[in-house]
Amino acid sequence: RRRCGRCPPAEPGRPPAPPSCVSFQAAWCVLPARVLLVLTSQKGIQVSSWFLPAQAVFARGIAAAGERFICVGTSSGTVLVFDIPHKGTNVTVSEVLEEHRDAITDIAAELGQGAGDLVTADDAGTLCIWSSGEEFTLLNKIPVVPNIPGRTLPGSRLWNGVVAAGYGNGQIRLYEAATGVLRAEVNAHARWIYALDLAPLTGKLLSGAEDSFVHVWKLSRNPDTDDVEVSPEARTLGREPGAGVGPCELSLARWDRGSVLLGRTASRGVLLPLGGCGAERWKPSGPSPSCCVGAQRSSPWA
Amino acid sequence: MSGRALPLLFLNLGGEMLYILDQRLRAQSIPGEKARKDEWTDVDRKRVMNDIITTMFNKKFMEELFKPQELYSKKALRTVYDRLAHASIMRLNQASMDKLYDLMTMAFKYQVLLCPRPKDILLVTFNHLDAIKDFIRDSPGILNQVDETFRQLIEVYGCLSAGEFQLIRQTLLLFFQDMHIRVSIFLKDKVQNSNGRFVLPISGPVPWGTEVPGLIRMYNRNGDEVKRTEFTTDGNYIPPQREGSFDLYGDRVLKLGTNMYSVSRPVETHMSGSSKNLASHAKENVAPNPIAKEELNFLARLLGGLDIKKPGGSETGFRLNLFTTDEEEEYAQAVFRLGFVIKCHVDSPGD
Repeated sequence: RRRCGRCPPAEPGRPPAPPSCVSFQAAWCVLPARVLLVLTSQKGIQVSSWFLPAQAVFARGIAAAGERFICVGTSSGTVLVFDIPHKGTNVTVSEVLEEHRDAITDIAAELGQGAGDLVTADDAGTLCIWSSGEEFTLLNKIPVVPNIPGRTLPGSRLWNGVVAAGYGNGQIRLYEAATGVLRAEVNAHARWIYALDLAPLTGKLLSGAEDSFVHVWKLSRNPDTDDVEVSPEARTLGREPGAGVGPCELSLARWDRGSVLLGRTASRGVLLPLGGCGAERWKPSGPSPSCCVGAQRSSPWA
Repeated sequence: MSGRALPLLFLNLGGEMLYILDQRLRAQSIPGEKARKDEWTDVDRKRVMNDIITTMFNKKFMEELFKPQELYSKKALRTVYDRLAHASIMRLNQASMDKLYDLMTMAFKYQVLLCPRPKDILLVTFNHLDAIKDFIRDSPGILNQVDETFRQLIEVYGCLSAGEFQLIRQTLLLFFQDMHIRVSIFLKDKVQNSNGRFVLPISGPVPWGTEVPGLIRMYNRNGDEVKRTEFTTDGNYIPPQREGSFDLYGDRVLKLGTNMYSVSRPVETHMSGSSKNLASHAKENVAPNPIAKEELNFLARLLGGLDIKKPGGSETGFRLNLFTTDEEEEYAQAVFRLGFVIKCHVDSPGD
């Protein structure tokens, strides 16, 4: 499954789009029968050529799940589940998941994993793990950890029955999806984690944060104890020298050599090749990147 | 984007404006008995500050401001500050107003960007309000107005989640996107690069609620810790000391939003190369937008008594040239005189 998005190409000399048309996310959703482009913005949700008016103030969090569904989160905490037919334009809302009380921040799915294949995350730090199907079933709800104030959850990913989540206080936490038990805790960053991605075959986890660093972690599972191991791999400054805050969203290429990472700094796409165990230098890929760029969660502002 | 960003934008930018005006007026004030008719005195300075603060915290305007809404357009916001700056006997020419606004916006942009936690934007706002209260400490009437706004801030923002604050932060930063005006005080302190971008420090205390990076803890399925590893980071972080206070009174701990002009040092924007910046961000569109015009008229009505009273009778309006012109600045730099000159021109009858 490929997950990347494409932002409208910028015309040279044109000022950035006015704030009233801010788009939040774009993602390709690859279903067995077809591939769709889903865009969310203040105005609503657009699925390829269809347009469904917004149910809440904004929509955020997009994932393809269960072979024929697309899930989109909203600012009221609901998750809309769209049933996508193999052909034609008859997209319907098959279900509305109402477990979260705070705005959805992220949705991630792991296709073909059986039980526990969808995770939804919200502004308060709560994670919900679901099993997709005709009716989505809630398997687990991991609440906010009370001793750490004001957590919120920009990114979460599923891998091998493990949920990896990045928090606003710079921590990455790994939970057992089936039981909700905390398996690992990484004091990864000094600021808000805004991007998290995972390459499932190599088990590499990528985190990007506002402290301007990008980290690559290696996840593994001990076959005997089922313990989750996290070890740090590459680490690099997540921005071109002198550029500013750095990439707003990162994605690992799904062909999984774990070797290409894409980011987007202030006004152009940037390619950061990750070597075997280190990060090489930045290679700007030009004003309109020709290959896939991670979708913007928020506008780059530096 | 967030519908709650506007009050924070308005109050913090207003606070920065007051810091700058106060500093400039102090630098030029003459003891009352020695002052000529066309010179600034302490009494004049206090009057200007009081007038502006009274207008800024006007009850009706505050009520409107706190309603959930989108940010004003750049043009509309600039007009608000134009009028605010002219709420008293002081007059600024176009160049001075431009530079004042550049300084205000870049200072607040810096503060938002460097906030350790999104919620700390509230501490920045409280720092500004604490200072404003100090400016008008001798005027209980206005003090009351400011305290009212303070209480409203605590009520509205006190229970927002970190995610909502992050959205506010992003909304504000979107507003400031592509503004890279270089400010001397920032360049000198090395918090801004020569390309106008701010420097993100990778050392110092981590935000409240964050752990210093470097530790990985692993647990078995029963929740017992089974392994620990450490890793090094390039940063040089230390644990935070304590959390700032979100009450009406208290130690905010955070220094962002305090008066960086209070130690007397020259502050100005760099004109060299900034003409490009001005051109790129100043003019959004040329054609007058009827909705924008209505917006501005509405603002004018809200800000109440902003019909600029024509100086008449014995009351003369003081025109203030806050900053040097390009030529004078180059000259000043050439002779290592990095202060700035304030000229006063009295409106002569018939102007």
